[in-house]
Amino acid sequence: MKRLFGYPYGLWLTIFVVLPLGLIGYYSITATDAAGNTYFTLRHFHMFFEASFPGQPFFSRLYVNVAVRSLRLALMTTVITFILGYPVAYIMAGKGFSDKSVLLFLFIAPMWMNFLVRTYAWLAILSRNGILNTFLAWLGLPILDILFTDSAVLLGMVYNFLPFMVLPIYTALKKMDPRIIEAAQDLGANSPRVFIRVVFPLSMPGVVSGITMVFMPAAATFIIPNLLGGGQYFLLGNLVEQQFLRVGNWNFGAAIAVIMIGLMLVSTFILSWFGRAEAKEGGMKE
Amino acid sequence: MKRVFMLLVVAVGLLFFTACGENEAVLQPDTDDGEAPLASSINVFNWGEFIDPQVLSMFTQETGIAVNYSMYASNEEMYQRIRTGGADFDVLFPSDYMIQRMISQGMLARLNWDNIPNREHIYYRFWGMPFDPYDQYSVPYMWGTFGILYNTAIVDEPVYSWDILWNPRWANEIFMYDASRDTMGAALRRLGFSLNSTNIEEIHAARDSLIEQRPLVRAFAGDQIKDWMIVGDGALATVFSGDAVWAKQDNPDLNFIVPIEGTQIFLDSMVIPITTTRQREAEMFINFMTRPDIAYLNTRYIMYSTTNYTTLQMLPDYMKDCTIYWPPEEIFYRLEAFEDLGDFKEEFERAWTEVLVAN
Repeated sequence: MKRLFGYPYGLWLTIFVVLPLGLIGYYSITATDAAGNTYFTLRHFHMFFEASFPGQPFFSRLYVNVAVRSLRLALMTTVITFILGYPVAYIMAGKGFSDKSVLLFLFIAPMWMNFLVRTYAWLAILSRNGILNTFLAWLGLPILDILFTDSAVLLGMVYNFLPFMVLPIYTALKKMDPRIIEAAQDLGANSPRVFIRVVFPLSMPGVVSGITMVFMPAAATFIIPNLLGGGQYFLLGNLVEQQFLRVGNWNFGAAIAVIMIGLMLVSTFILSWFGRAEAKEGGMKE
Repeated sequence: MKRVFMLLVVAVGLLFFTACGENEAVLQPDTDDGEAPLASSINVFNWGEFIDPQVLSMFTQETGIAVNYSMYASNEEMYQRIRTGGADFDVLFPSDYMIQRMISQGMLARLNWDNIPNREHIYYRFWGMPFDPYDQYSVPYMWGTFGILYNTAIVDEPVYSWDILWNPRWANEIFMYDASRDTMGAALRRLGFSLNSTNIEEIHAARDSLIEQRPLVRAFAGDQIKDWMIVGDGALATVFSGDAVWAKQDNPDLNFIVPIEGTQIFLDSMVIPITTTRQREAEMFINFMTRPDIAYLNTRYIMYSTTNYTTLQMLPDYMKDCTIYWPPEEIFYRLEAFEDLGDFKEEFERAWTEVLVAN
């Protein structure tokens, strides 16, 4: 009986996940010749790693370079959201903080609005004659011309993804039994030691899911960098769009999508392995 | 998948409706000269914001044919919808190079000019264009050029050449259009090449010149450029003349020129896909759109330049005499239309990608 209720979901998965993935895989390893015959080929994957001139270093090859840029931006976003997000989550989960529901609300409320609309708002804030510069001019300060620069892109990325880092860490810290911390203190550990040896390792599952929830979408995004970077960020997402819509080379587009999926799978494995190792080292028993 | 299903639903619905319409018409066989009865509706696929909406209901009032109107944002999007099938459209509005591609792939129907007598109003320069040299498939609708929009309050030197976009004096003041063919085309013309060049060395020269220009560029963007120029966020930009007319209305400091090295002329034309079952009705619609009073409403509404010479004479002086809206005759000799480059467009995209990742 229970299994019966699973069928609609199974059907959903088959139609909207398995079939499209199969199609992407199929397109990525085939090509069509002038006569309309479809044949097997791996040349689209080869094309992705192709050098523009003989002896070009691997990481500066055109499409590899695009992938490196995507991953670098995602990594920077993840690191900054983590550095900003962990203390916030820690404070919110702490005993001493009484207004946590207000702070939590302030974190979630902006997410009720579409991220695209919020990113457009940043355009209005950061532009040369925008809100920020009007304010700075009013204070008699020099204006900041940061729209369409790397800083604006990072700002937009961190702003959009920060809640996805804070919330899982907050939940993990909140679930922690306060008696564990008391036990550590009774055994003579000072505050930094309690944090490093007990609290942080125990919050690791939250950290790992926070990193996953920021890194994955950040590596695939291209709208935020496109808008705030003034079209000067060409990322993997742009590449897929270009191949499908403008060039019309669906096979190469699909191959890029497969490479993206591969990169995501690899980073998921690394993260989950890292999470397990940390949890063990912290002496945690499930 | 969902979309396919929706399209199926819509298609079945349309079949049902057209079938009904034909039945009704059979019951009243009083059409003029014994021709087959008219279909009750046609499906029109046009660019977003590229028509005066009241024109559609006027067509329905005059002919009794309802118009199902859909919109697209790019030639490529339209092309993919038509090519993958599942879309039942009767009139499309592709641009020059896309018309050529669709003709070469046998996707367009030959027009019956007897049904489009209003063609005589179209300006003679817009016939016999390279994408449809024998005027068999397309009726010009709107046209324009690609050039430089600049803020006269900031730029205090004469603007006449693409070179000004490479002048370090205007670093961080320049907006470039983020489309490969258009911007590569400008770079090619600046270097004295054709914007339809299929010579790989010319493409690479254009690419290298754009990479050299990268540090001066404030942003690459599309439609937003005109909004930024209006509020004075930059001093120079590459835009289409229609957007320049629009921007100048909101900020009189702006001006637009066609660079001396020449540039792109674009022509958006009305065509009929080969798959249509309502060609006569589609031709009636095209004829209607080409009528001077209707073309007048459309050009007044969207501010793009009309291809209709009779309409041009009807326009108020501030539009007719505006050199952005209708450039002087000698400009036409500097204009070049896009041609479809076939598989060579991959080289354009690759070069363009190299420009965008160069920093």
